[in-house]
Amino acid sequence: MHTAPAAARLVPVLTVEDLTTVFPTPRGLVKAVDGLSFSVGAGRVMGLVGESGSGKSVTGYSIMGLVEPPGHIAGGRILFAGRDLVRQSRTEMRSLRGRAIAMIFQDPAMTLNPVLRISTQMVEAIRAHEKIPRAEAWKRSRDALGLVGIPSPDERMSAYPHEFSGGMRQRVAIAIALLHRPSLIIADEPTTALDVTIQSQILARMQLLMKQYDMAMIWISHDLSVVSRLCDDIAVMYAGRLVETGLADRVIAHPRHPYTRGLIDSLPSRARRGERLRQIEGMMPEPLDLPEGCVFSNRCPRADAACRANPVMSVSTYGAWQWRCVHPLNEGPVHGHS
Amino acid sequence: MAIPEHRDADISSGSAEQFVIELCGVSRSFGGPGALERLGLGRGSPVIHAVRDVSFGLRQGEVLGIVGESGCGKSTLARMVAGILKPTAGEIRWHGKPLSSLRGREGKAARLKAQMVFQNPWSAMNPRLRAAEIVAEAPRIHGLIPRGEQDAYVAHHFLLAGLDPALGDRYPHQLSGGQRQRLVIARALAVVPEMLVCDEAVAALDVSIQAQILNMLMDLREKLDLTSMFISHDLGVIEHLSDRVVVMYLGRVVENAEVAELFERPNHPYTRALLEELPRIDGERRPFAAIEGELPSPLNPPPGCAFHPRCPFAMERCRREAPALLPVASGHLSACHLNDMA
Ligand SMILES: Nc1ncnc2c1ncn2[C@@H]1O[C@H](COP(=O)(O)OP(=O)(O)OP(=O)(O)O)[C@@H](O)[C@H]1O
Ligand SMILES: Nc1ncnc2c1ncn2[C@@H]1O[C@H](COP(=O)(O)OP(=O)(O)OP(=O)(O)O)[C@@H](O)[C@H]1O
Ligand code: SF4
Ligand SMILES: [Mg+2]
Ligand SMILES: [Mg+2]
Repeated sequence: MHTAPAAARLVPVLTVEDLTTVFPTPRGLVKAVDGLSFSVGAGRVMGLVGESGSGKSVTGYSIMGLVEPPGHIAGGRILFAGRDLVRQSRTEMRSLRGRAIAMIFQDPAMTLNPVLRISTQMVEAIRAHEKIPRAEAWKRSRDALGLVGIPSPDERMSAYPHEFSGGMRQRVAIAIALLHRPSLIIADEPTTALDVTIQSQILARMQLLMKQYDMAMIWISHDLSVVSRLCDDIAVMYAGRLVETGLADRVIAHPRHPYTRGLIDSLPSRARRGERLRQIEGMMPEPLDLPEGCVFSNRCPRADAACRANPVMSVSTYGAWQWRCVHPLNEGPVHGHS
Repeated sequence: MAIPEHRDADISSGSAEQFVIELCGVSRSFGGPGALERLGLGRGSPVIHAVRDVSFGLRQGEVLGIVGESGCGKSTLARMVAGILKPTAGEIRWHGKPLSSLRGREGKAARLKAQMVFQNPWSAMNPRLRAAEIVAEAPRIHGLIPRGEQDAYVAHHFLLAGLDPALGDRYPHQLSGGQRQRLVIARALAVVPEMLVCDEAVAALDVSIQAQILNMLMDLREKLDLTSMFISHDLGVIEHLSDRVVVMYLGRVVENAEVAELFERPNHPYTRALLEELPRIDGERRPFAAIEGELPSPLNPPPGCAFHPRCPFAMERCRREAPALLPVASGHLSACHLNDMA
């Protein structure tokens, strides 16, 4: 039989059901996220991967209640701590944000105010939700900077964001997200500017915190080498839709969706020095200009008439593993799957 | 401060004229007493030595990769090379002429010829301009666009950077992170630069688009003999793209070698530690390990070799004396006392 879903899957911290988020534009309605469903268990890390523009950040903004008008959530449910976030008021969302759910934004500029010192920003972030003395908040902030590997944290507390390097700003944004030990963290490409050594150090510390506090995390990333080491589960998005999801190590070792395969094949470590890299041919289609049938069919090496005909694709399942493809790879039982 | 002689000279084995750009003992520090403090009002901020005594040169068509830990001075170096930031010591030469001596038209031309792709695309763009205008602005001002062909010109550069021209009427905040990153690349290419300084230019991009952009850069180099400096924390990208690699640690160059040499025969203990961390995707979940020890602070750099607190081979001498960057093989420089022992 299939492996039993991990216990944590039974009590997800977050469940997203059929989420659709749209942006009206002069050219028409952009469906940035289209019918997305997944869940994240306590103490687990879900890697959300997919090409640029596939809807990863918009998924994060939707959960946070930060979709920029006139964009809005057009359908679906986001279940967190017994409520549907889609139906919460602004004030309710504001009190959840930062405290119970925190997002590390892709661009640290969205977290950091350029005209305030780091100390001011961190102390205010703490005191917005917790009434503790300033001196205590300052100490906690300084320790948080140390935790993400900022050298000389005492001196650096009084610096302005522009005095930090790109990677240091990213680390400050991570430190701020961790201040309240939220039960859900949405980390949007949080370590893109960080080298492997510092990244490893931060990830090791985050893994520890996650265990200690039973936090759940959505790790948005295009870096499959990090995802393969950090994440328990993986969800692969393409053009606003989920194309494959399952346990991270299984999916990465034996992807069923040709798009997932393409992502893995274009890693630079797979090519030889100076050689052209393999790339998925073509561009992801504009959300307004999706092909009929499978959204990947215009770039897929396996596509045929059947792929282009099927308007709505059914989801195939194998345990917790799901994929949307008419001609999946690695069919049949997968080696090592009990 | 005296300008240290260009230690790279033996590598270049030719005249400075061969270099598109050449750095001679370049340093940059931040902080220290400001105007108010010099008058005795208030405290100065602590001095940060972001880049210290860096020398190297780039030849036409060469791709130089720069690697090093977060905060080691890569972006500061890039901004100086692109002419946006002035060194506090040392000299940068553009085709043999000191950048600081190029003024007026000549200076402007040099700045246009060296284009920078910024690490943080958000702060590098005017949020009130639409994407197409962001790309068209500079080439139009400099008369690079034939009359009546702006749309085609913009579309061409969008496609070069892997962007759908249909996104031209969006404002930057209406684009995804990777789309913004590609917009910055399109903008840099649109002025037909001679040299491209890319600061983590593909970090925000997923692998397939990374591959597209890297392939595009390799094509441009063949077609236009484009010279580039490529900063990345991703050793896979650096190995793939560069001819030569410079490894930085706490503001200094610790190793400089051709790419094959560096990856096959790394000399400096820091480089060796970096290569061990090279991420591989093997489907196996291992705990994250890091180079041992605290990250050094540029506010308070360790004496002697800056790497000694974390170096497994550190000796008494390393704590006292800073190692010089010296040849260890033909075209291969490294700054480590171990090389004196052999
Ligand atoms: N405010 C907006 N108005 C119109 N379209 C938008 C807006 N915000 C995002 N989009 C579009 O929605 C799609 C998904 O964007 P999103 O930012 O979620 O991508 P992403 O997967 O995070 O990509 P990246 O890896 O590049 O950050 C993109 O096509 C983007 O252009
Ligand atoms: N304007 C500034 N004022 C004060 N300090 C600065 C300034 N710019 C950079 N620094 C400091 O100089 C050092 C080097 O920064 P730089 O941005 O060059 O690093 P980097 O190698 O690009 O790092 P990353 O990989 O994180 O982007 C850092 O300690 C940074 O805090
Ligand atoms: S000089 Fe000494 S401390 Fe520095 S890298 Fe070499 S052995 Fe290590
Ligand atoms: Mg994004
Ligand atoms: Mg930088």
